[in-house]
Amino acid sequence: MTPIATPFFFYLLSGLALLGGILVITRKNAVHSALALILTLLALAGLYLMLYAPFVAGVQIILYAGGIMVLFLFVIMLVSIERSQKEEQFNKQWIVGFIAAGVLGVLFVLVYVKGRALLPAPTAQIPNESQNTQNVGVLLYREYMFAFEIASLLLLVAIIGAVVMAKKRI
Amino acid sequence: MLDYITSYLKSNTTPGQAGNQFWAFVYIILIFLGLSVAVIAMNWLERKILAHMQVRLGPMRVGPHGLLQPIADAIKLLIKEDIMPAEADKVVFWTAPVMVVITAFTVFIVVPFGPTHAVTDMNIGVLFMLGVSSLGVLAIVMAGWASNSHYPLIGALRSSAQMVSYEIAMGLAVVAAILMTSLHGIGLYGVGSGTGTGTLSMIEIVKAQQEQHAWFIFKFFPLGLIAFFIFAVAMVAETNRAPFDLPEAESELTAGFHTEYSGFRWSLFFLAEYSAMIAVSAIAVTLWLGGWLRPFPNWLTGETWDLVFSLFPGVTFLLLAVIAFVGTMRMPKHPYFRVQTLGLGGFGAVLGLIGLVLLMPPVRDRIQDIYWFSFKVAAFMYLYIWYRGTFPRYRFDQLMKVGWKVLLPMGIGVLILTAVVGVLL
Repeated sequence: MTPIATPFFFYLLSGLALLGGILVITRKNAVHSALALILTLLALAGLYLMLYAPFVAGVQIILYAGGIMVLFLFVIMLVSIERSQKEEQFNKQWIVGFIAAGVLGVLFVLVYVKGRALLPAPTAQIPNESQNTQNVGVLLYREYMFAFEIASLLLLVAIIGAVVMAKKRI
Repeated sequence: MLDYITSYLKSNTTPGQAGNQFWAFVYIILIFLGLSVAVIAMNWLERKILAHMQVRLGPMRVGPHGLLQPIADAIKLLIKEDIMPAEADKVVFWTAPVMVVITAFTVFIVVPFGPTHAVTDMNIGVLFMLGVSSLGVLAIVMAGWASNSHYPLIGALRSSAQMVSYEIAMGLAVVAAILMTSLHGIGLYGVGSGTGTGTLSMIEIVKAQQEQHAWFIFKFFPLGLIAFFIFAVAMVAETNRAPFDLPEAESELTAGFHTEYSGFRWSLFFLAEYSAMIAVSAIAVTLWLGGWLRPFPNWLTGETWDLVFSLFPGVTFLLLAVIAFVGTMRMPKHPYFRVQTLGLGGFGAVLGLIGLVLLMPPVRDRIQDIYWFSFKVAAFMYLYIWYRGTFPRYRFDQLMKVGWKVLLPMGIGVLILTAVVGVLL
């Protein structure tokens, strides 16, 4: 099956992701910012799909857009919107900001130019999309089992810590 | 052009996999129309069945036995004034109903009505359905917040807390079922070939049940049954239906998150709620009840039984036609009722014609899968109505208790036991 209109979708999705990102920092209303962030996350999920990684795209939608952002909105709604709208949105340190952004940009360009030789050459071969989830599963539970279990243990500790801190009396 | 259209019919895959855009478009239109008709029928059935459960008559005025009531309702909703509250957040208020409908309909592109009757088959099928339907929560939260009013906000908060809680138990139950797909060579009947890796694709899940000669509800008895039970409870909570309908509890919150919505926008919420119900029922049918497979594919084999089961779709429609004709006979003979009597007779004739078409051999072979899938989903729809007529509404703390202290531990237990049993057997 040949991909359809790939450059078009790539530019559309990247454009949406950038637009969402800009809206996140420019909107005064926190709920609007959160909704713009969801737009960015969904566009990223689309980009993952274009990279033949449907599993990552699905997890992106379920965890970030469906789970974490709902909790974000949940908290934001309980905060008074009126007060945050009167507050100053940007602290006016333009010079420092421009310098930091410029240096970071130069760094990125340098890494791209100098490190080009280190990157693997682009392959025209299309990965096997119909086995994506199975491959991820096999890798996680065979090759990287130890790292995966350590990460899950860390998360468990974090969950227990959150419960202990939130509850006065257990 | 004609080759392009006919070439798909021989390919024996879904249009999405065959890369055939024409047939994909046809399937999308068919599913969209079918869903709309199903929602309309569900609206009428729910009011009628609930009424009969409470020893009332239900809608009787518009059309014979109120058959035209949903259409009258739809027209009323479309010509009603569409109110936007002055203090509402305009953009979000406008986006929420659109988003809820988009999420509710998008999930249907992976629903397998038959081995080839789906818009497409994805590697992440179930994950896609759960993910996209979890975006529906966002739309509900947006609607509740944008209305800038107390009842909708409380409804939205309740609904997001409820849906996030029950999603976890639901996910665990789904994982237990997916685990069963990986146990090809082993299991109750010891048939099939073991590959060791399972699948998330909706079509492959049903095929796994076919190969293992067992619907997953009966596999590793009673583990499959318990997982199914967890899902069946969680899916009612996910769709905000009675007895878990706290987000729109009429007696406490007027109408919950859609209190401020009216006219067309409200009808979008209505449409989304019912199509979401159909979507989660489709997941349950695919994962546990064998999707498009007919009942007893192993016990009652042979040509005679194949013939008997393939007659079911046609016979169902003929039965409906007979009911319609009996209704026509029993109509009052007063001239005032003449139009209604004729209409009901015509409706019966249409149903009978559909039944006769479905009895033709080439049609009935192709329509069987779709019929059995829809039949199982329809059983779930009836259950939804039955719950609503039977159970009183939960209190919020009870709801959280059931979700976190009963269903979640049960889900974890079933998951672990399924893995252990699957390895040992």
